[in-house]
Amino acid sequence: MFAWDLLANAVVAGLLLGGVYAAVSLGVSVIFGLLDIANIAQPAFLILGAYAAYVMYNAFGLDPILSGLLFTPVFYLVGAAVYRVYYGSFERRGEESLRGLVFFFGILFIIEVSLSLKFGVDYRLVQSGYVGKSIEVGGIGIAYRLLVPCLVGLAMTLALHLFLARTFYGRAIMAVSQDRLALRLMGANPVKIKTVAFGIGIAAASLAGALLITITPVIPSTDRDYIGRMFAITVLGGMGSIGGTLVAAIILGIAESLMSTFFGPSWAQAVSFGVLLAALAVRPAGLFGR
Amino acid sequence: MQGTGRTFLIGLGVVLAGVLLASLRVNPYLYFAGYVILQYIVIATAWNILGGYAGYVNFGTPAFFALGAYTAVYLIQSMRAPLPVLILAGGLVSALLGLGIGYLTLRLRGVFFSIATLALSIVLQTMIINWEYVGGSRGISVIRPSSPPFGNYVTFLFTVMVLLAVIAVTAARFIERSWVGRGLAALRDNEEAAECMGVPTLRLKLFATTVSGFLLGVAGAPFPYYVTFVEPNSAFNLDYAVNALAMPMIGGTTSWIGPVIGAVLLGSAQQLATVTISSEMNLFIVGIVLVAFVVLAPEGILGLVRRLRSR
Repeated sequence: MFAWDLLANAVVAGLLLGGVYAAVSLGVSVIFGLLDIANIAQPAFLILGAYAAYVMYNAFGLDPILSGLLFTPVFYLVGAAVYRVYYGSFERRGEESLRGLVFFFGILFIIEVSLSLKFGVDYRLVQSGYVGKSIEVGGIGIAYRLLVPCLVGLAMTLALHLFLARTFYGRAIMAVSQDRLALRLMGANPVKIKTVAFGIGIAAASLAGALLITITPVIPSTDRDYIGRMFAITVLGGMGSIGGTLVAAIILGIAESLMSTFFGPSWAQAVSFGVLLAALAVRPAGLFGR
Repeated sequence: MQGTGRTFLIGLGVVLAGVLLASLRVNPYLYFAGYVILQYIVIATAWNILGGYAGYVNFGTPAFFALGAYTAVYLIQSMRAPLPVLILAGGLVSALLGLGIGYLTLRLRGVFFSIATLALSIVLQTMIINWEYVGGSRGISVIRPSSPPFGNYVTFLFTVMVLLAVIAVTAARFIERSWVGRGLAALRDNEEAAECMGVPTLRLKLFATTVSGFLLGVAGAPFPYYVTFVEPNSAFNLDYAVNALAMPMIGGTTSWIGPVIGAVLLGSAQQLATVTISSEMNLFIVGIVLVAFVVLAPEGILGLVRRLRSR
């Protein structure tokens, strides 16, 4: 007999996970999808954001999502600074692809090792008022621990979509991704706009990190698991399409949840990378490619 | 053919020096550390054949290394195969994987290729974790053969690694100076233009990925006997990926000597830092050095030397 309630629970959990995955991947969608910068260090900033929330929680008992929001300006500035170094060292000289990639890989490694030097390799977790409670809808339990981060993730997705579609800077970022020369002819400075976009991407990752540590314990090397997820979702979502990112995140969330329910959690890891490999090999433009 | 003869003599000399060193019986730790540095010479040289010559950045070094190691574990488990067989088999299995990623380059270039190799490494690790016969996630103990041909087992492995390093570096040097190397350099600079000029880009890329994969597998095959306990996290360690690209980047990617310089410098520094400070700290140093070199000295030490000379 097939366990239908197990299936329903797994699908709902996957949906909730998808909301968080969307938040996690927004930064890559902007930086890699729109700006075409292969920032492979993105998951390290995610984990850095998670640890920032952990520190604030331990020191002041602050809610992780609140401290995630508090830290976004800091990470925005860090991101802007990283882009400036990247631009000065690689992009301006036209050497971005190979050496730029190695540069970001180095940053990923430095952040990860610094975190394990400072915090060790134990799992870190935060508690908050809503952790441990749940509501039941039609026989399916929904934990607030998953629901709240999912809702925040959805709100982030919506906010970024509105920002890109409605505001001056958002439209400028879209323009940079489409035609840098034309933008320059319009009198706008592509480097300045890319700095803003990169900062936003890193800030989004840090906030997503705060959501992440709410739903699951984090260690410094967690970033490796998210390299695959982030890039799988971004590629599958069509490189920079925010709506596509959300759909791809939910697909991946459900796929992972089903995999870990029916085959065991040790296989869930392979799902994202399997999806990524398949997407890259079969349809690099993604589901919603431009 | 005089050049080839000389290379052969130099290679032979290095191997003999290695044998001599192994029979000296100084502090055993030196062989232990020396093995790691030699292993990194093989890894960095192998990475550079694809990354430096052809310009395809491979983040999946751990996949090839671990595949070599786990092929060896499988053969030890099933038939207690002798070391030369392990090395050859490990190399061949990794070469097959290399051929596979070679075909991947048909569709994936630049960044996408790199991300795919990283993905490959994690997929492979998941498969090993779920394969109980070779130890699964718990890992597996490997018993060394009781009597090595000479010395004790660590000095024996050290000598074997000297030989492998000489083979790897000689192969890289040969490739670099042959038409294959020139073809790879052409496709590194502009793949479309090279293709138009009649350079058989696909065949060259397949050659580069296969040879690179083979050598990485070869480097991994003696690993089980070296550590005597193999588990997925150590075999698939991301440190290999970072070191594999940091060492050639530091030494210089355009010449065979670059990865050797990088591996010797960075490898020794890491061994020193592991002993004197902590193993976490040594990785931190690698990261900082890598980023510093990529930003400040993109041509590596070779580039710096060249710039000093031309002044």
